Amino acid sequence: MLQERIADVSKFVEPDRVRREVYTDAQIFELEMQRIHEAVWIYCGHESQIPKAGDYYTLQIGRQPMLMVRGKDKKVHVLYNRCPHRGNMMCGDRHGNTGEQFRCSYHAWQFHHDGTLKNIPMMESGYAGTRVNKGSPELNMKPAARMESYRGFVFASLAKDGPDLKTFLGKSIVAIDDMCDRAPEGEVEVVPNCFRVIQHSNWKLFMENQIDALHPSVVHQSTGRAAHDVEKQIAKKAKGGEALSYHMLSAFATVTIDKWDNFQTISYPYGHCVLAGYMGLRPQDPDTLAYDKIMIKKYGQKRFEEIVGVNIHHVLVYPGLSVQSPLQQLRAVRPLGVDRTLTEIWHFRLKGAPEAIYRRSLAYYNLVNSPATLINADDLENFWKCHQGLSSDGGDWVSLARHHGHDIEKDGTISSAPNQGTSEAPMRNQMKAWAKYMQR
Amino acid sequence: MKDQHAVEQFLYQQAELLDTKQWQRWIDLFTPDGIYWMPPAPEYKTWDGQPAIFAEDKNLMTVRMNRVLHPDAWSQRPLWETNHVVSNVVIEKSSAKGVTVRSRFHMMELRRDDVRHFAGAYRHELVKAKGGYRIKLQRVDMTNAQAAYDYVLQVWV
Repeated sequence: MLQERIADVSKFVEPDRVRREVYTDAQIFELEMQRIHEAVWIYCGHESQIPKAGDYYTLQIGRQPMLMVRGKDKKVHVLYNRCPHRGNMMCGDRHGNTGEQFRCSYHAWQFHHDGTLKNIPMMESGYAGTRVNKGSPELNMKPAARMESYRGFVFASLAKDGPDLKTFLGKSIVAIDDMCDRAPEGEVEVVPNCFRVIQHSNWKLFMENQIDALHPSVVHQSTGRAAHDVEKQIAKKAKGGEALSYHMLSAFATVTIDKWDNFQTISYPYGHCVLAGYMGLRPQDPDTLAYDKIMIKKYGQKRFEEIVGVNIHHVLVYPGLSVQSPLQQLRAVRPLGVDRTLTEIWHFRLKGAPEAIYRRSLAYYNLVNSPATLINADDLENFWKCHQGLSSDGGDWVSLARHHGHDIEKDGTISSAPNQGTSEAPMRNQMKAWAKYMQR
Repeated sequence: MKDQHAVEQFLYQQAELLDTKQWQRWIDLFTPDGIYWMPPAPEYKTWDGQPAIFAEDKNLMTVRMNRVLHPDAWSQRPLWETNHVVSNVVIEKSSAKGVTVRSRFHMMELRRDDVRHFAGAYRHELVKAKGGYRIKLQRVDMTNAQAAYDYVLQVWV
């Protein structure tokens, strides 16, 4: 029955509107987990989360509990978090160190860090003449079909076919390049803390909201105003000084609806998108100047200008990663159900950059991305309300028509037209990619 | 014993101000350089330069207060109430200038039809001031700090 309904799932998506079931139907959710999340490249984590042999981190790809582990040979492996004996979950903690090998807590089967079988208790006496033979692949912990790491960022795909990671990322690879290039040493390391927040709505609402340039001045007005007032007070007392972290918040109010149109979105194949234009621009405070000096020494003036000239607010790697590269933070989106979505939020340190630069982006991480966020409280409220409304029979369609027909398309790249930064082009592009995946 | 009683009364008053949403009076309990800090895990030694669920001076507290009081703080529209119980109050250190006191708390939160529970330990560094105490540092080690947050925390716990 599911297959019959899904046969025309493409009819759920039109160029400028989408059927509400796409966000609320549990069967469609199951199918999109299978055809999208469990087929494409999904961000697992950063290599610096697991520096030592045996270090592991668990994660979810689609509906599959997985783990990322560091081997003795320093290689990173992505495995199903499951013992092939009786199906017991191998690692029950969210992260830790598994020691010399994985050892199942149920019957003590042991596995190397790459998932291959090391030992079964009573192998000779218990399994002689059975189908259980050392060396048969079904006795290994199953690895992800494909795994690739790019500049320390680990991705896995549970489908053996499909584009390689770099082809899949395409131009959205700027998310990782921009973050790493801003480090004098050309790489980043994770700050060992993950904030985890659950929203009561479909995962797609999050992905759409991230590049929705119209919503901030409506949704975040309260925080923007509050921060703006305090920012003015501080400036009056201290003559400048520490106001940058307040500025990150107050911009939500001072950048009014009409001004958000000055931003630009650029949408790419596979549903990826860049929201260009960054409110912090190029500050000229002493900390920034000290950092600039280190960067110029390392890269030369020309390359330095290229690096800090990258003008990005958000990069979305569809379907499950939102990166704010100039602030060195990202959110990995883990759908838990049709109406429940977990975000895992990480902050990175630019290797070789002064402490002050770390602290600046840390302020944003704590104020915007912590579970006591001054910003996302109102987003999550709207997501929940959206999900309630979309579950009703009060209407069938979600409109994505803003500036439809005005976008500039060239070689598969779709840019919002000048002064139309609030175009819903990125959402249309996401749904186009979604429909293509779902039709397979 | 006199200190014990005064400190307990102070902690109860602080909890009462949260539950009755008297945000400015709650902020006024802090010294001018006072900090409210909730680390993400027990092993954190300082709030400074670290990831933190809360690490707020009075300026940031004021931002938070003004946000929830703004008419367009959408998440503040639905029914939202809390109830704190503070107990197990132990004075760890005492001097002429002030006291360090630890206690346990339990907070029940109602939002729309959903109830959540948060619990943990407070550690207050209090300094003596006119008419009682002021908070120099309040550390909040929440037992559920590392658990995934089903929705967020809008104000201080």
